[in-house]
Amino acid sequence: MAILLCRVDDRLIHGQVVVGWGAHLGLDFIAVVDDELSQSEWEQDLYHAGLPEDIDARFVGVEKAAHLIPKWAANAERGFVLTRDLATMRSLAEQGVLDDIEINLGGLHDAPGRRRVLPYLFLGVEDREELDRLRRTRAEVSAQDVPSARKIRLEELLKLKSE
Amino acid sequence: MSNNEVQGILVGHGKLAEGMLNAIEEITGSREGLYPVDNQGLTPEALEKRLSELTGEGPSVVFVDLPSGSCAFAARRLQHRRSRMALVCGVNLPLLLDFMFHRTLPLEEVIERLRSHVGISIEQPTDGDSAVPGR
Repeated sequence: MAILLCRVDDRLIHGQVVVGWGAHLGLDFIAVVDDELSQSEWEQDLYHAGLPEDIDARFVGVEKAAHLIPKWAANAERGFVLTRDLATMRSLAEQGVLDDIEINLGGLHDAPGRRRVLPYLFLGVEDREELDRLRRTRAEVSAQDVPSARKIRLEELLKLKSE
Repeated sequence: MSNNEVQGILVGHGKLAEGMLNAIEEITGSREGLYPVDNQGLTPEALEKRLSELTGEGPSVVFVDLPSGSCAFAARRLQHRRSRMALVCGVNLPLLLDFMFHRTLPLEEVIERLRSHVGISIEQPTDGDSAVPGR
């Protein structure tokens, strides 16, 4: 299987993803699943401009991603699926294309209605509803910002107090 | 502060920006024209807004550490609507010092100087000929 990890991170492609996880996993490509970005050429150029030469970036909408992920998973190339929010990842998981694939909660930052659960994870009511739906899928969900950090399983995460 | 002076914004991971400006201040006695921003805990939108406030409409150079970091992507996004803003990835102290001493020049000349001052020096003794006296 060559989808090594799926990550929810509102910063999308950034240092922790490219350098932290990219080097750790030996990535060939990062697939950003985002309806808005998949339609915006200039923003895609912006991300391509910052990536190392040996990592490719692909930008696809949710519907197309649901068809492509099983193909990527069967391919030898090593990939990483990235979404900026929980709803997008949950949508993919509910379609069954992320069964037995690990979903990494890597960065949801402070915003109105959200409260701090971990330094890199702020959750609001809607986020918790999304996590509850994700829990009912066959994806394995945990929080971990960088490879060297402790992995916090979803069950444990949901018991942590918000600040 | 003159409107024509180029503003420098230094954005980095962790406490890099403040740390580098601290070093600049120790060397030159000033940090005028350079503003630190750290990306900790900021959403991409909040980071871009902070950069937008600091760069203003005048000429500016945004210095970032990693080309693939959130700081660089926020700066590129802002650059899309700011024609008088340059982005420098891979910041180091020699670059910042050169900028500090020449930021009264027109933006294009400041950029040209930065291009020619990569600021990286790698020194390695050749076989049997140590560059370090006494080794």
